[in-house]
Amino acid sequence: MMFGIHWDLSSNWAFAVSIIPILLRGMIITIEATALGFLVALVLGLVFALLRAVPLRIIAWPTAFVIEFLRDTPLLVQLYFLYFVLPNYGLVLPAFLTGALALGVQYSAYTSEVYRAGLEAVPRGQWEASLALNMPAWLTYRDVVVPQAVPRVIPALGNYLVSMLKDTPILSAVTVLEMLNLATIIGDRTFRYLVPLSMVGGLFLVLTLFSSWLVRVIERRLPHDGIPLR
Amino acid sequence: MTATPPSGTVRHDEASRADALARAEPMVRFEKVRKSFGSLTVLRDLDFTVKAGEKVAIIGPSGSGKTTILRVLMTLVKPDGGKVFVGEEPLWHREVDGKVRPASQQQLRRVRNRIGMVFQHFNLFPNMSVLRNVTEAPIHVKGVARSEAERRGKELLDMVGLGDKLKAFPAQLSGGQKQRVAIARALAMDPDLMLFDEVTSALDPELVGEVLGILRTLAHETNMTMLIVTHEMGFARDVSDRVVFFDAGRVAEEGPPSKIFSDPENPRTQSFLKAVLEH
Repeated sequence: MMFGIHWDLSSNWAFAVSIIPILLRGMIITIEATALGFLVALVLGLVFALLRAVPLRIIAWPTAFVIEFLRDTPLLVQLYFLYFVLPNYGLVLPAFLTGALALGVQYSAYTSEVYRAGLEAVPRGQWEASLALNMPAWLTYRDVVVPQAVPRVIPALGNYLVSMLKDTPILSAVTVLEMLNLATIIGDRTFRYLVPLSMVGGLFLVLTLFSSWLVRVIERRLPHDGIPLR
Repeated sequence: MTATPPSGTVRHDEASRADALARAEPMVRFEKVRKSFGSLTVLRDLDFTVKAGEKVAIIGPSGSGKTTILRVLMTLVKPDGGKVFVGEEPLWHREVDGKVRPASQQQLRRVRNRIGMVFQHFNLFPNMSVLRNVTEAPIHVKGVARSEAERRGKELLDMVGLGDKLKAFPAQLSGGQKQRVAIARALAMDPDLMLFDEVTSALDPELVGEVLGILRTLAHETNMTMLIVTHEMGFARDVSDRVVFFDAGRVAEEGPPSKIFSDPENPRTQSFLKAVLEH
């Protein structure tokens, strides 16, 4: 029994049906962690990309170092660090928030590279026209470069959404009750692993297919040649 | 052409105009300006002066450095040496205790405010409507109120014949229309000095006329100083007070258009003109 829900061990099918409500609870956590983490990655990644483009080494280099560090160390190490070390310094976050944050922060290192490519792909003529109008760099980024760069990189960002979704089971390492964690707990208690683990696999497949579809829908509604579509 | 041109004054006949220009203050002054790209020297100790209100056409073979003159003035290219002045103010340097130092950012911004530029490839902002292309810098750089900037923007777009395209996006316009928006965008900043960098070179032949028509109006009806790099010789002859033939990083020959086009002295000018006019 979990969450007041009893499982039915009379057959595999009955077992599967009976644990659906439990796994769905985990799926909600998985979706929430992905959504929150992705939001962090989208915002923080852009911030990293812009800081890295600042023509002051004292800002650009430390930013580059942080990005490199985040990319080159395992997510699990970063997660444990946030979960076990930060409380020593008085910052205690719930496991779920810690997990979503860790995902978001590591992925922001990847998304910042995507943004950077997008920012660099904006033609030089756009910068020249902005300078000729005496627009300062921050204004050029805000009104000219970022609005042109972001629509172009959304497909690439979408790939990271799918990838992040598949990384959420790592949150089970800090006791978050997402899908995989629930499935193994059910397995531990019933000594039947095949059904819950297969179901988790299936549910992940559904989620990834759904998010890929979502990304394609958003892609189709992106501005073309700068012309916003509604 | 309904709206009023950016600044008053109409051209008088040629003689009195030459007189007036002779008395006018210099707007642009190059003193021994040097610039190389790698082993290619594009400006060789260039000395060059443009008077306030003067319309100067710069012609010459490609790679001769014509465009670089404009880009140095627009602060897009930093010269390797020499001095550039806009009005009385130095552009790329300042003198501190008798020593020459690089210009400060504030100084560059201040001088740049007096200069506008229209590019060969338009460089409109594709993510903004036509009207916003024209109002963006007045609002955010000059601090003009949005309503006032839009009123003025519409007036300028009317002047270039695009009063009905305010909400269109650049990708929905023809090349000629894009270039006319780009002209309106530059004019919206009320520059004293306008730089035109081969503004018809990227246009289909049938669209060249509509852009040149606007430049003619500007040249004849405003007192802006205009520097026009162009391959349109007929146009250069019509609008300019002076034609400068540029060759290998130097002014090879200059004079009133009537002189340069009918009786050039420098053999390089002669062969260049022969080549382009026969074409």
